[in-house]
Amino acid sequence: METSQAMNQALMKRKRNGQINIKSGNKIDSAVKWTIWVLTVLTVISFFFFDYTGLQLERAITETAHNLRVMFLEPGLSHFGWGEAFYQVGITLGLGVLATVFGAIIALFLSLMAAENLSKPWLSKTIRIIVAFIRAVPTVLWVLIFAIAAGLGSEAAVLGMLFHSVAYLVKAFSEAIEEVNPGIIEALRATGSSWWHIVVHGVLPSTFTYLLSWTFLRFEINFSVAVAMGAAAGAGGIGFELFMASGFYFDLREVGFITYAILIIAIVLEVISTRLKNRYFPSSVKA
Amino acid sequence: MNEKKIHKNKWQTTIFLLIIIFITYLSTAITDFNFIDSIATIPAAIGWMFTNLMVTQESMAKMPAIMEKLGETIFMSIAATTLAAVVSLFLALLGSKTTKVNNIFSMLARFIASFSRNIPVVAWSLILLISFGQNSVTGFLALFVATLGFLTRAFIESIDEANQSSVEALTATGATYFHIVSKAVIPQSLPQMLSWILFMIETNIRSATLVGILTGTGIGYMFDLYYKSMNYNVVALITFTIVIAVIVIELISNKIRKVIL
Repeated sequence: METSQAMNQALMKRKRNGQINIKSGNKIDSAVKWTIWVLTVLTVISFFFFDYTGLQLERAITETAHNLRVMFLEPGLSHFGWGEAFYQVGITLGLGVLATVFGAIIALFLSLMAAENLSKPWLSKTIRIIVAFIRAVPTVLWVLIFAIAAGLGSEAAVLGMLFHSVAYLVKAFSEAIEEVNPGIIEALRATGSSWWHIVVHGVLPSTFTYLLSWTFLRFEINFSVAVAMGAAAGAGGIGFELFMASGFYFDLREVGFITYAILIIAIVLEVISTRLKNRYFPSSVKA
Repeated sequence: MNEKKIHKNKWQTTIFLLIIIFITYLSTAITDFNFIDSIATIPAAIGWMFTNLMVTQESMAKMPAIMEKLGETIFMSIAATTLAAVVSLFLALLGSKTTKVNNIFSMLARFIASFSRNIPVVAWSLILLISFGQNSVTGFLALFVATLGFLTRAFIESIDEANQSSVEALTATGATYFHIVSKAVIPQSLPQMLSWILFMIETNIRSATLVGILTGTGIGYMFDLYYKSMNYNVVALITFTIVIAVIVIELISNKIRKVIL
């Protein structure tokens, strides 16, 4: 009798008024709750830190509504023709392709060195730290820093984007490689095959489609990065035209046209990458 | 796998590689990209970085101003992400297969998400800059719109992935729509959603720098200012503070993720 009472007391937590507390506080719930609280408080605080110079909210909202209507309902070209538009989109796509292809090739080698099951611990740690550092610097800053050495143009843009792509892909690739069935590697090791044999015959065949999908996901990101680089770092392409149309000519119709062009390509890329994702990544994968 | 299939696979791989090489070649042609030149610039650029991107005593004097701008940028991205998350939650509930009210709203929610996600943040900031002017609100709104689209898609996925049985059980007891959402759908997908929110805060701090360069706000503007006046010591200092901020936030969110997922 006494033991059962003791057990009852141990199992049921009661509130002060005797009600049984049905929510047992576990660690996950409290972590979730805390995170939400902290984010809410930070959000409220942040509005006091904003710099509101020259903001007239009402006028800005009505003006933006008007601008958006002009942009999206009456798109048109005035400073360049259709051919030029296609050419500029091509440049942006080209920048994305170059950064992605070279990035994937470099990242493949680095990720083989960064994967814990294929490399030495110190090497994999060093590469991971360097990669984390490179990833933390925003791509624009890389492009602008390279622009000083290489001059403004496609070289600086591609190199800057390349740095970031490599860092991103090394992380994704090495995680994929680490998930390779250890049995395969062990079996090859037991036969006395060299490191290269293990990579070429064991690791690459089982991860190849996975790596390709990641590369395509990166291409999708690199396209929008290339647009941004055109606008912010003068790398040319459709992003630069967008920057000129909105910042220099104030030509809303042209801005609308360019935005549509970007939108169409981005949606096409997204549809392809969603298909790839559903096909090759059965469980959820972080973009 | 028989001999024939291996042969066929080999052919496919070869054709695929050829296509990639062709596309790459085409890209170098259209962008005027010189492969040799760019390889040659890498050592030069890295050498330049080591000699010029040094933090000196003088540049340290700018530290308080930098910290203020960095704080503004971090707050901007957190506020944009959190508020976008609240709106995305509603859009995701409308858009998800499990919780949609009707097909029209579902389509509408997905359309809004796709529209705001696929127009790059650059375009949004340039569009908003025209009438909102040079201040934090422009950057905040640009980040908000881009985050909204991304988070809505992510939230729809996490709601769809959640276990259906508790929804079914609650439906069977005659629970209302709001009961089902608040007691079954949200508790199940909340950790996943939080993980996405944290991921988005990290991304937004990096994008905030870009948006800052374009809209003249926050740390990005400061970088642009010193970059254009060629004061590279301060540029280095700004870059390092951004790196440290991003890495610290990444570490914190990894910690949180480890507990909740």
